[in-house]
Amino acid sequence: MPVESVYARLEPLLPLLRKPVQYVGGEVNSVVKDWDTADVRWALMYPDAYEVGIANQGIQILYEVLNGCDGVLAERTYSVWPDAEELLREHGIPQFTVDGHRPVRAFDVLGVSFATELGYTNLLTALDLAGIPLLAAARGEDDPLVIAGGHAAFNPEPIADFCDGAVLGDGEQAVLAITELIREWKRAGRPGGRDGLLADLAARGGVYVPRFYDVDYLPDGRIRRVAPNRPGAPFTVAKHTVMNLDEWQYPRAPLVPVAESVHERFSVEIFRGCTRGCRFCQAGMITRPVRERSITTIGDMVERGLTASGFDEVGLLSLSSADHSEINEIATGLADRYTGTSTGLSLPSTRVDAFNVTLANELSRNGRRSGLTFAPEGGTERMRKVINKMVTEDDLIRTVTTAYASGWRQVKLYFMCGLPTETDEDVLAIAGLAGKVIQAGRAATGRRDIRCTVSIGGFIPKPHTPFQWAAQCDQETVDARLRALGGALRASPGYGRAVGFRYHDGKPSIIEGLLSRGDRRVGAVILAAWRAGARFDGWSEHFSFERWHRAAAGAFAALPVDLDWYTTRERGYDEVLPWDHLDAGLDRDWLWQDWQDAVDPAGAGEVEDCRWTPCYDCGVCPAMGTEIQTGPTGARLLPLTVVGAGAGEPAGTGAGAG
Amino acid sequence: MRFASHRDIARAVERGVRRAGLPIAYSAGFTPHPKISYAGAAPTGTASEAEYLEISLTEARAASDVRDRLDAALPDGIDVIDVIEGQALAGLRLEASQWEVVLPGVQPAAAALAAGEFLARGSLEVDRLTAKGSRRVDARAAVITIETDRSAGSPAPGNAVLRMVVRHVMPAVRPDDILAALRQVADLAPSSPALVTRLAQGPLPAGAASVTAAADGHAPGGQEHPSGTAPPSGRGGTPEHMTETTRLGAEPALVAGAFPAGACDEFPRGAGDPRRSAAPGNLTGEYPHARDRAERCRAQ
Repeated sequence: MPVESVYARLEPLLPLLRKPVQYVGGEVNSVVKDWDTADVRWALMYPDAYEVGIANQGIQILYEVLNGCDGVLAERTYSVWPDAEELLREHGIPQFTVDGHRPVRAFDVLGVSFATELGYTNLLTALDLAGIPLLAAARGEDDPLVIAGGHAAFNPEPIADFCDGAVLGDGEQAVLAITELIREWKRAGRPGGRDGLLADLAARGGVYVPRFYDVDYLPDGRIRRVAPNRPGAPFTVAKHTVMNLDEWQYPRAPLVPVAESVHERFSVEIFRGCTRGCRFCQAGMITRPVRERSITTIGDMVERGLTASGFDEVGLLSLSSADHSEINEIATGLADRYTGTSTGLSLPSTRVDAFNVTLANELSRNGRRSGLTFAPEGGTERMRKVINKMVTEDDLIRTVTTAYASGWRQVKLYFMCGLPTETDEDVLAIAGLAGKVIQAGRAATGRRDIRCTVSIGGFIPKPHTPFQWAAQCDQETVDARLRALGGALRASPGYGRAVGFRYHDGKPSIIEGLLSRGDRRVGAVILAAWRAGARFDGWSEHFSFERWHRAAAGAFAALPVDLDWYTTRERGYDEVLPWDHLDAGLDRDWLWQDWQDAVDPAGAGEVEDCRWTPCYDCGVCPAMGTEIQTGPTGARLLPLTVVGAGAGEPAGTGAGAG
Repeated sequence: MRFASHRDIARAVERGVRRAGLPIAYSAGFTPHPKISYAGAAPTGTASEAEYLEISLTEARAASDVRDRLDAALPDGIDVIDVIEGQALAGLRLEASQWEVVLPGVQPAAAALAAGEFLARGSLEVDRLTAKGSRRVDARAAVITIETDRSAGSPAPGNAVLRMVVRHVMPAVRPDDILAALRQVADLAPSSPALVTRLAQGPLPAGAASVTAAADGHAPGGQEHPSGTAPPSGRGGTPEHMTETTRLGAEPALVAGAFPAGACDEFPRGAGDPRRSAAPGNLTGEYPHARDRAERCRAQ
């Protein structure tokens, strides 16, 4: 079946679109494979604008993993902006991939990576433009399987109606397993049709297929039970975990777009998982255990990625990069290697720790010292204990003092508002903290031009975390606390201009809360909101709380539930949560105990990191058959050998030049 | 590359230079930038077969080596045609550009009529929307020649194709402004946005100013050779110097100094422009397809 590129029809429209370069493709290191000789064809989607999606690590990794296989073809597609959506509809041009400009509906699988629930409406736009029925139940033999992945897929119930499957956890091996099953199925003459393939994926491929599970409800609206409705579908579906990241060194040749993107750098994931145990953090809970890449692998990946991409900045990515067992050696080794090459190194640093500053200094010793970011998350010590973010005020002041004294001019502090047990005073205390930070900075530098920015957003309870049972703070309370904090910051005597204030208001958080902890009944809300025009809900200029509110009111009218029921209602131990049949490895009783410890009126109990204290039985390793993988390896990064003619060539720039 | 902005192109070139492993010089200062400078960039939305940029290296490299490495490293849609050493951009005297404009849905005769109408005017002010509001530009003054291309190998059969030579002036007059003026004088309105390509850049011969004056006197209908025999004129009518400029690679590379500068002729083009890539050499003899021209340079 030949598949025609839509480019010839698209091109005349491009001059009419905003930022047309995003629809053209042609990135360095992109791949367009022959259609007809491929057995299995994936369209990978990041459901946001190209400028955001092109920088996504997950998509890049899967793109390379899949295209690295014989007979497998993977292309990428992104959300088109509303102006393009309108024009594509007008001209009957379907959702297309940017690699071969092939129609998405022609592929075997549409894999969608959800980093945030606010991308759900963008999935519907893409399906609709592609000519794929929105409801999985309405899809035919010629439609691709729509499979969700990414962190939001750990509770895919709100999008269960729109997805044929969901994959929990690491995708590298999972996509290959799915590919093999599809290949087998096609070779065998598609036994059982679409349904047969899905049954096989559920039984052998580790894919959660929502339609194979029935959900019953209690009269009060809570879930009575979730149970598989056919043999072969497991009672619980487990997440995938890649062990030994040194064997999966992706991305090797990162995509380099011509268009501008949100991250103009090459990122290397130095480890996966986090066991710090911050109770609000879904990423830290669902990606356990910690698996480090070795220092030598990291060095190789950086060198290979820079040579293949031409990027001049490297980001050392992870959930808490300073926690790598050999981060010091990595930082020093890389800084030595790239001295004098105009290659910048950065650490997305969020831990409040003077060591973090030392690292940042080392990485930035070739210049470029602008701002450092720390995330104390809570304004008072009590609050930080509740969320298990073990940072004292002294830690923070010591850290920022080191930062300012080392020449950093600006410090950014991240906080959350609306945390469990939070009071107005906990939030107002942030103003006092900011004042002390400025005071410490001025004392350390003797200058008045240092700055501190307070950035704060609403807390959203997430599935598979100790706070999954918590009541989300209502938007009125969040907004009132943010207003009060803004006033207090502006009123700080003498610091008003040195302190910046950025905040996200509470309304989008409530909708994100609905989508995060929703069940299958929320699907009707998503559909109604999308029909009413919801697009790009993660973008404040496109988001409309009123539109979502109306959609929820309509969809829930005949049900014993409403928006508040899903968001600001605290759940009990006995309630069946919509994602209880999806297994992130975490022991439910451990999560519950951690939740109880957090809100203990006698003061919150703290949990240490299991990397350097004994195991506290979160359950992941035994349940998943995994284990912590950390160093140190004792290896060191050696200076790079200069390759090629390179007489007098600066060290570190020559490799790959020949 | 038609839809890439100048910033996009500049970023792509910087990365290409690094992928190519060239010892690029960086500016001094707190945030060092690679030393690459560009001659007046083609506006976003237009393709180009003739862009010029200057790269400073920290050590001498053979021009042909720089050309080959950079051409291999740059994304599809940017071809390095030629590299010359020790030649600053200013010395190239890039005083005018030749543009090709495909007008979808416009009959060649209508375009010819409009071009004649345009040339008959002494000046033609059009409004251009900028970030700071609307601005009046004289679209006529900068135009030296404008005529329809009737060569057999038209890039878009059935649609009118205009060729024009436009002087580089301040503020710049862009092909868009000239199209606005054509709409103004002759109601020339393509059915979809015009496809604009810069074919060449180069110096103007001394007589160019009078050419404009001479063209003023031409009546509509005399558009076949509006400027008579005076260059630049005629189909694909490029001044000799321009052609020489684009062929500079044929000359032997100069001896490198401590900080040699190379001038590159690179060609950002519509990356996904199957029409063009499918029909190489379809322009006039003076302007074969960029790839062909690159091959020719290499052969020499």
